[in-house]
Amino acid sequence: MTDKMRKLLYHIYMGSFLFYLLVPLVIMSGAAFNNNKTPSVYPWKGFSSQWFVELWNDGTMWTSFGNTIWVALAVVAIAVPLGAAGAILINSISGWSRSFLYFFMVAPILAPGAVIGISTILFWNKLSVPVGLHLSVLGQVSYIASFVMLLVLARLQSFDQNLEEAALDLGASHNQVLRRILLPHLYPALGAGAAIAFFQSIENFNVTLFTRGTQNTLTVYVFSKVRSGITPSINALAFLLIAATLVAALIYEVRRRRAAALEAAREAEGRRAAEAEMV
Amino acid sequence: MGDLLKRYGGTLTGAFVLLTAFWLLMLIILPNLALFETSFRPYLPVAEMGGPRDVYSADNYVKFFESPGPMSVFGFEIAVPLRAQTFLYTVFYSVVVTVVAFAFSYPIAFYLAKVVSPKSVPTLILLLFIPLWVSEALRAFAWYIILTLNGPLNAALVGLGIMEKAVRWQQGVFTNYDAIVIGLVYNYILFMLFPIYNAMSSLDTNQIEAAQDLGAPWWKTHLRIVLPHSKPGIASGSVMVFMLAAGSLLVPTTLGSTRSNWFTQTIQQAMLESQDWNTGAAYSFLYLLLCTVVVFGVMRLFKVRLSDIAR
Amino acid sequence: MGAGIDLDNVVCDFGSFRAVDHVNVSIQPGEFFSFLGPSGCGKTTILRMISGFNDPTSGSIRIGGKDTLGQRPNQRPTALIFQNLALFPLMTIWENIAFGLEVRGVGKAERRAKAEELLALVDLPGAADKMVSQLSGGQKQRVAIARALAVEPDVMLLDEPLSALDLKLRQHMRAELRAIQKRTGVTFIYITHDQGEALAMSDRVGVMSQGRLQQVADPRDIYNNPVNGFVASFVGENNIFTGTVGATASGMARFDTAHGQFRARLGETGGAAVKLYVRPEHTLFATEPGVENSLPVTVTEVAFEGSFISVHAHSDSGASLVAELRNDGGQMIPETGQKGFMTFAAERASILPDGIVRAK
Repeated sequence: MTDKMRKLLYHIYMGSFLFYLLVPLVIMSGAAFNNNKTPSVYPWKGFSSQWFVELWNDGTMWTSFGNTIWVALAVVAIAVPLGAAGAILINSISGWSRSFLYFFMVAPILAPGAVIGISTILFWNKLSVPVGLHLSVLGQVSYIASFVMLLVLARLQSFDQNLEEAALDLGASHNQVLRRILLPHLYPALGAGAAIAFFQSIENFNVTLFTRGTQNTLTVYVFSKVRSGITPSINALAFLLIAATLVAALIYEVRRRRAAALEAAREAEGRRAAEAEMV
Repeated sequence: MGDLLKRYGGTLTGAFVLLTAFWLLMLIILPNLALFETSFRPYLPVAEMGGPRDVYSADNYVKFFESPGPMSVFGFEIAVPLRAQTFLYTVFYSVVVTVVAFAFSYPIAFYLAKVVSPKSVPTLILLLFIPLWVSEALRAFAWYIILTLNGPLNAALVGLGIMEKAVRWQQGVFTNYDAIVIGLVYNYILFMLFPIYNAMSSLDTNQIEAAQDLGAPWWKTHLRIVLPHSKPGIASGSVMVFMLAAGSLLVPTTLGSTRSNWFTQTIQQAMLESQDWNTGAAYSFLYLLLCTVVVFGVMRLFKVRLSDIAR
Repeated sequence: MGAGIDLDNVVCDFGSFRAVDHVNVSIQPGEFFSFLGPSGCGKTTILRMISGFNDPTSGSIRIGGKDTLGQRPNQRPTALIFQNLALFPLMTIWENIAFGLEVRGVGKAERRAKAEELLALVDLPGAADKMVSQLSGGQKQRVAIARALAVEPDVMLLDEPLSALDLKLRQHMRAELRAIQKRTGVTFIYITHDQGEALAMSDRVGVMSQGRLQQVADPRDIYNNPVNGFVASFVGENNIFTGTVGATASGMARFDTAHGQFRARLGETGGAAVKLYVRPEHTLFATEPGVENSLPVTVTEVAFEGSFISVHAHSDSGASLVAELRNDGGQMIPETGQKGFMTFAAERASILPDGIVRAK
């Protein structure tokens, strides 16, 4: 087999893989526009926007949507500080205590969501805290903070500790060092952590199902709809969510490229200055 | 600790320690201890809690081994307790999902890391990420639509003449778990792909070329150079996919039938339908045990550290 | 403006490792003082103790006569320039320079003015609003100096700040640093493993090895009158002979070696094992033997280095020697295989303890 043929096979495989990943989403979005009582694209019975109207008029959906958003915001508000504090702590210690803490910090990522949800309600039940979305928040935080911790830890490892010392040496207090030096360096990781926390929370099903009591979030609501008679309004919802995430992703990508281009231009100027210095 | 104090002073260090302590104690360690404790208590009406019958016992765990039913293992029919059966099926098919996900994503990871021009990698990754932005519930739902009796898959297969008539995928064609495996692979394959890709992209391309230059055929290059280098990524991906698959409740419920039980469903029935939190706790603890065994097993097998797996 | 610094029996241990071992030195106000030594000799630890990032295990450090015990880095009148400069990458140049003023609560307009003033001082006008990544290595160097000067320190501590630059720029920055120090009158304490740097810039140099100060003297004395073999070897090249001290007279001694008898200055030997050291540039290659200190040799290699010519030779008795001849543009250059004599003046050769000053 020649190199060219092998490359071609690779391209074909990559193409079919993308097809495999994306077609289910297209089919699901397509079903939102099919004038058919059950969600499907086949047979096609004509274009319809009625499922969007039905979705708009679905009060439970709106409540669930609201719940999802406030749970996600609460998770971000708690998980980001916890994860960041954990990362800063673990970054400054070493030896067995570091391994020990690290184990407990990453263990929730590897534990099944159902177990996290169940252990959360059992523990807070012992403290007489009833089930509800507040427990969903705490349950989600327990493992989402781990993601934040890993992101911040990775960023901290690229942090030059001399910067902290330089600031201290110039007379800054510890608070000023944190605010002016460390946090600005961590902002990208904290931002990414917040975004991941937000989306993980929206996505979350396992923890929420066991902790929510009788309240719904969007994921749980979709799940219950799928189990008990579905209408294509779920597809309409799916279509809107996919469209929203696509737009968000595009904006993110454009901004990322712009920032990268700006930084590249600066570095090029630095190199030019260095060359000028040599002459 | 001394380093921390020097870098951030007393107040901030105190704050970091307090926040971390809240996270680890109140959200991780104590809840799991509560789970452990609860699993050894009997399920009692509220009035009898703390009463003479509220004593520690292993009764909840015994339930796991009750009511045997027939199960076929390598063609032999043996009696295995029903819940243990579910547990074993869950482990087995989660392994199947992991293996399938690995087989499908390995070439893609290699393609991204070493074949395609580096310029198109960000775009491809962006495309690959799209399904991850879509909620798990909806991804399972997408396959529900595809796999229904009158769905597009059957229509396509019959239309192309590959099959004579439509089949009920969710009832199982080859095994009872077909639809679940399909759904789980689709849902979690990217958790296999990205760790392997990350590991592979740190491989020096010169090593591959050197191996080829020394006359190694392509499969040997993979076996001796690429695969060993990707080991941490494979370990990480395998653990993630196995955990996610075994821990999934959405996919088995959406895509399964009455003939395919997933262990998370058993836990859910105990917790939410029977409201028997004690038995639920016992099953959960068994599940946690399984996860621990798998994680440490993979760490042992692949000779990697926890920090290689958790990324 | 500058403050003096006294190190009094300073010791610093890291676990069982003694990084700094009973160091005593008084640095004068406004002096440019260098600690010179190989990596791991304890010079960086001394710097970190003066700036307050490490505490002495015992002994005391006084800045401007005041004991620094218990003072944190942000309370000391010192400013440290880090080896990697540690410029804040997310701030503009002027924000970097004015950071020390910002944390002291100085208003924005005043900060900006001060930053501009300092940029002019370090010869970098117009860079105020750039980012760190837009500057060259030498420019970053100047910004680091300006940032340290902004807090008007009594003492500047510099941790090999030139080591990342290439040779030409490094030599230029040496002169620049020296000029800035003279202009501001601030005490400079400079850490380096580059003897050329230390000798070229400093008023005085302290040579260190294994945590101990070996010799404190002005650059000429360090080079011409090293106290022991370590100092002699660390600050320059030597031809070395092993032997025993014979008759001594008025600071000079006879030195008996396997290669013959020499005469040289006798250093403070303190009863330790000694060797004879003579610099290659004080060694001559001649076709005729000298009156004394003359060794018959065969030239093994001649390397033309531009400003000088180094002649490598083997003595008939088996010693290897190097002579460095200044290239005056017209002298005879020996050829490989040529026979002749290596000679040196007795006043330029020293009999020194071959080791270092060890722990008490």
